[in-house]
Amino acid sequence: MPDSRDTILARIRAGLGRGPLPAAAGAALDARPAHTRIAFDDDLTERFITKLCSRAGSVNRLASLSEVPAAVDAYGEAHGLPPRAAVARPLAGLPWPAGLARHEGPAGKDEILSVTACLAGIAETGSILLASGPDSPTTLNFVPDHHLVVLLASQLVPDFEAAWAHLRALPGGMPRTVNIVSGPSRTGDVGLTLQLGAHGPRSLHVLLVGGDT
Amino acid sequence: MQVNSPNFKAKAEAALTDPQLREALGKTRIMFVNKRAELAAALPEFEHLRDEARDRKNHILAHLDHYLERFDEAVTRAGGKVHWCADAAEARRVILDICRRVEAKSITKGKSMVSEEIGLNEALEAEGYRVLETDLGEYIIQLAHEPPSHIIAPAAHKTQEQVADLFHAAHGGPRKTTVAELVTEARLVLRDEYFRADVGITGGNFLVAETGSTVIVTNEGNGDLTQTLARVHIVTSGIERIVPTLEDVSLFLRILARSATGQETETYTTFSTGPRRPGDPDGPEEFHVVLVDNGRSGMLGGPFQDMLRCIRCGACMNHCPVYGAVGGHAYGWVYPGPMGAVLTPLFVGLDATRDLPNACTLNGRCQSVCPVRIPLPELLRELRHQQHQQGLRPPAERRALATWRFVAERPRLYQFANRVAARALKGLGGDAGRLRSLPFAEGWTAFRDLPAPEGLTFLELWQARHPGKR
Repeated sequence: MPDSRDTILARIRAGLGRGPLPAAAGAALDARPAHTRIAFDDDLTERFITKLCSRAGSVNRLASLSEVPAAVDAYGEAHGLPPRAAVARPLAGLPWPAGLARHEGPAGKDEILSVTACLAGIAETGSILLASGPDSPTTLNFVPDHHLVVLLASQLVPDFEAAWAHLRALPGGMPRTVNIVSGPSRTGDVGLTLQLGAHGPRSLHVLLVGGDT
Repeated sequence: MQVNSPNFKAKAEAALTDPQLREALGKTRIMFVNKRAELAAALPEFEHLRDEARDRKNHILAHLDHYLERFDEAVTRAGGKVHWCADAAEARRVILDICRRVEAKSITKGKSMVSEEIGLNEALEAEGYRVLETDLGEYIIQLAHEPPSHIIAPAAHKTQEQVADLFHAAHGGPRKTTVAELVTEARLVLRDEYFRADVGITGGNFLVAETGSTVIVTNEGNGDLTQTLARVHIVTSGIERIVPTLEDVSLFLRILARSATGQETETYTTFSTGPRRPGDPDGPEEFHVVLVDNGRSGMLGGPFQDMLRCIRCGACMNHCPVYGAVGGHAYGWVYPGPMGAVLTPLFVGLDATRDLPNACTLNGRCQSVCPVRIPLPELLRELRHQQHQQGLRPPAERRALATWRFVAERPRLYQFANRVAARALKGLGGDAGRLRSLPFAEGWTAFRDLPAPEGLTFLELWQARHPGKR
């Protein structure tokens, strides 16, 4: 029996009425196209906040990273959460209060709150760009009810294309999992009514550090 | 999946008198049509992006072999495996083999129309696997033992009350009624399942040749939990979903969300590239891409190649008056609405799907909203033509068309016949000017009166208003 790969490729070429492409054609075909990007002249920070909030995300602006633990604490208190959190390793060095039970591993089934870093914030759509790796378990982005993301103002980029440049610059190339997250989880599947908190986090809260206010 | 398309007319008639379906379909239109229109109007670049997307898809299809090979190389480099599957049976076999090898017991699934197309759930369940759909819409219809009725909102035909009944029967406990309660109940029931799953199966909105990534675009987060928490991640996708670079992903993302759900972006766009890496604290140990042809390559170079541009947004069905009246189940297979009326005959054969290309008024709304500008009405007309050529139309219709053609090719006879018919119908219509029944047109008059012509033909009126012109 012929290999299905060969069969499918042969069918494609028969349909297109040609044989295999010459090897020399490859480079031109793989070149990155310059498609139209969305034009906007808003301030990146302002646009990011407006877009994210329009998608039911929330933002708290902080002057410095050292304010993150207190902001997390205040968030937990405001939502009546128990004092425990999954805090991604890059943030472990912050001055966390002794009363907060922390772990750095992947999320367990009953994880309530996670605090993670991210690669970038995308102003075009108000989205967070997250990449998996030894220090950033993907489960932290999806299992807990509350996902808190620490974003530095310097990490804001205008659009997807700028975010791709970030991914390409990573030493290991494309990470195993890349998540672009735009607000909390939602569904329209029951009675076509929008409901937040389907399977992923019920709330997405960004701690935006630095930048002009 | 079983083909039920021969029952289109009976199912469509039943749908028209189903009050719950009428309620559900009414909401589909409000939810999707208005929001898409608002967002399309708000983005000056939108129409240009549609042109670019169409042209880029045409380029990709013209070089599909190249990009598929590039994708295969990149997936392999990342430690994953691409399984090329010529047809549905091979795709099912490949997935069953993987499940057997890893001694899977429990399988979770994110939404994948290709998995419906290849009849995957039935095949897995027949082998004794426990398969659980985790997309809320898919979960609802799995409980109801029904096929999806919409490609992005599979339970679009179910009302809130019907969901409440289904959940009550499946989960026990007090019957929940609000949307928030129902969603929370499903969330809690499915949570355990993600963690105990051995294999997680998702679809793929895009396959990126440059990086070897598969991409899912979702709102609930179930696809991410499915693929991150299972030991093995299997992606099922069609060969036409390939895109060359990340830049192409952003091009299509910008039109997909706006066209599909009327949002600027969906909530989650996730790229998966190979299995878990050294040091990764979570993620699947194996990554498989099941690349399904199943008739797609046969569409290349022929009259239906344009259909391969489809990015499965569902805008065509959201805007289709026929879909809006009869819902998705009448179409009888996986893909409903205009895109389904084109794809179903091509995938399962013209014979079993005779009503589908004819369940269209050629009003063109689908084409006017298609983000990749597929000329759906033209393709449906071509299918009608092929039905006629293959002798698949009923003898009475063929005779009627032959008669019409004979008359139409003789202008004097045609005008005479028109004059007779217009005057006769006016007489039959009487003072009311309406016909309650008419021979050969019972299909129309069974449901409504036919307005009678006013006695003069179009040509007579034209000549009266423009004397001297012909």
